[in-house]
Amino acid sequence: MNIQNILDEIEKVDANIYDRISPRRKAMQSFFNIGSKIALSAVPLALGSMLNKAYGQTTDTIVGVLQFALTLEQLESEFYDTGLKSAGLIPSGAPMGAITTICQHEKSHVKFLQDTITSLGAKPGTKPAFDFTAKGTFPTVFSNYDTFLAVAQAFEDTGVRAYKGQAGNLKGNAGVLTAALNIHSVEARHASHIRQMRKGRGADVKPWITLNNSGIGAAVNNVYAGEEITMQAMLEITNINGQAISANAASEAFDEPLSKDQVLQIVTPFLALIFF
Amino acid sequence: MKNQRNEEDQLFLEKADGFLTANVQRRSFLKYAGAGAASLALLAAGCKKDMNSDDMGVSFGTGDTAVLNYAYALEQLEAAFYIQVLNFPYESMNANEKSLLTDIRDHEIAHREFFKSALGTNAIPDLKVNFSSINFNSRDSVLGTAKAFEDLGVSAYNGAGQYIALGDYLVLAGKIVSVEARHAALIRDLISNGTFADNTVIDAMGLDKSRSPQEVFAIAGAYVVTKINLNTLPG
Repeated sequence: MNIQNILDEIEKVDANIYDRISPRRKAMQSFFNIGSKIALSAVPLALGSMLNKAYGQTTDTIVGVLQFALTLEQLESEFYDTGLKSAGLIPSGAPMGAITTICQHEKSHVKFLQDTITSLGAKPGTKPAFDFTAKGTFPTVFSNYDTFLAVAQAFEDTGVRAYKGQAGNLKGNAGVLTAALNIHSVEARHASHIRQMRKGRGADVKPWITLNNSGIGAAVNNVYAGEEITMQAMLEITNINGQAISANAASEAFDEPLSKDQVLQIVTPFLALIFF
Repeated sequence: MKNQRNEEDQLFLEKADGFLTANVQRRSFLKYAGAGAASLALLAAGCKKDMNSDDMGVSFGTGDTAVLNYAYALEQLEAAFYIQVLNFPYESMNANEKSLLTDIRDHEIAHREFFKSALGTNAIPDLKVNFSSINFNSRDSVLGTAKAFEDLGVSAYNGAGQYIALGDYLVLAGKIVSVEARHAALIRDLISNGTFADNTVIDAMGLDKSRSPQEVFAIAGAYVVTKINLNTLPG
């Protein structure tokens, strides 16, 4: 049995195998030293344990999260792209500028996630076909500017909650976790601005989420479900330690995560084909 | 570009206190001291000396406690700033701005008190702040400082996530950082509409910034009078 050959084979599909196993070659040397000292029959187990540490569940989990995030970014990217191409939908000037900025970020996120998935040795998922009317719930999404902004707000707030819900699954890879956090806060900036755009057109919203109010209607209730909580880590935030903090402020001060299943429930109506 | 932006932040917020600069330099020296056991022993010796020293300032503790105290320190700074903003509102503050800034103040107080309660006896003491470089009568000065604080807060949480061991704490940090990002975007839009996520803060890959605790305190230290010992912080 030639361990080096196995590693060489892996290197053909994953150029970073050595870095993945250990950032320092020294650790590899110590592995081979151990291998020379123990019975040959024990080597596959040792190798398996080494590879499991490098890939195993951790990388499967991380790639799974990134594929999930990719679908959300593809959804957002195509949504804004279609909006920008819909003649007469978005007013010129500041609104057109803001949507163009946001669209560019979503496109960059798609590419970043595709590149990261590829670098982890997996194949990025293909873009699904979308139905932005959500099977007729938002029939005027690309002809009525207010409807377009309402759906944008729902997407951005969902994105913020979705990334938050997956952060714990990325703990095994500090680089990927930090990148995901760096995307997460961009989505929150987008949400803040879209909400301000809607407020400017008369919607009853703030840049932050008050209780579970959407300012949109029952169609997006699941996007805001759970945002109303005022208790964090078993501590009541309303009037905490004698401070005059209202329940509204207590709920606004913390954004809440969504599980993958909750996000899929929100997103599924926007998929032309159900493929999950 | 990154350095240039950092310099801009530095210029805006003025220079860090001497003790913080000295601290960062000492850390750089340790990085230069070479890899392997020798530098580890040196680092350990340095830490031990710091722990035993009375004049090294407030210690944040170790592990997740250090990261939570780090967040608590930043929330103390932000809350103190917005309390001052609302106690001495600039003349042109209209009802809309006042309402938004009041919300932000209350969010920061909620964050501060949350960390204080969650940390319990491990919490660092109340930090003494110095805002003498801010002109609270000036909208430009107040919003410019608010923008710097909020962008700094976002980058601090983004940079600290990787050091949090317990999943629940990571989620809590995530719950707060997106609210800080909502603040940052709003403040930026109040200064100049449409700058909520412009290329001074978001890079070509569409990513927000991350900063190490050392980078954060190099900027925030200008406003903190209380001596802080950064040696137990990761990064």
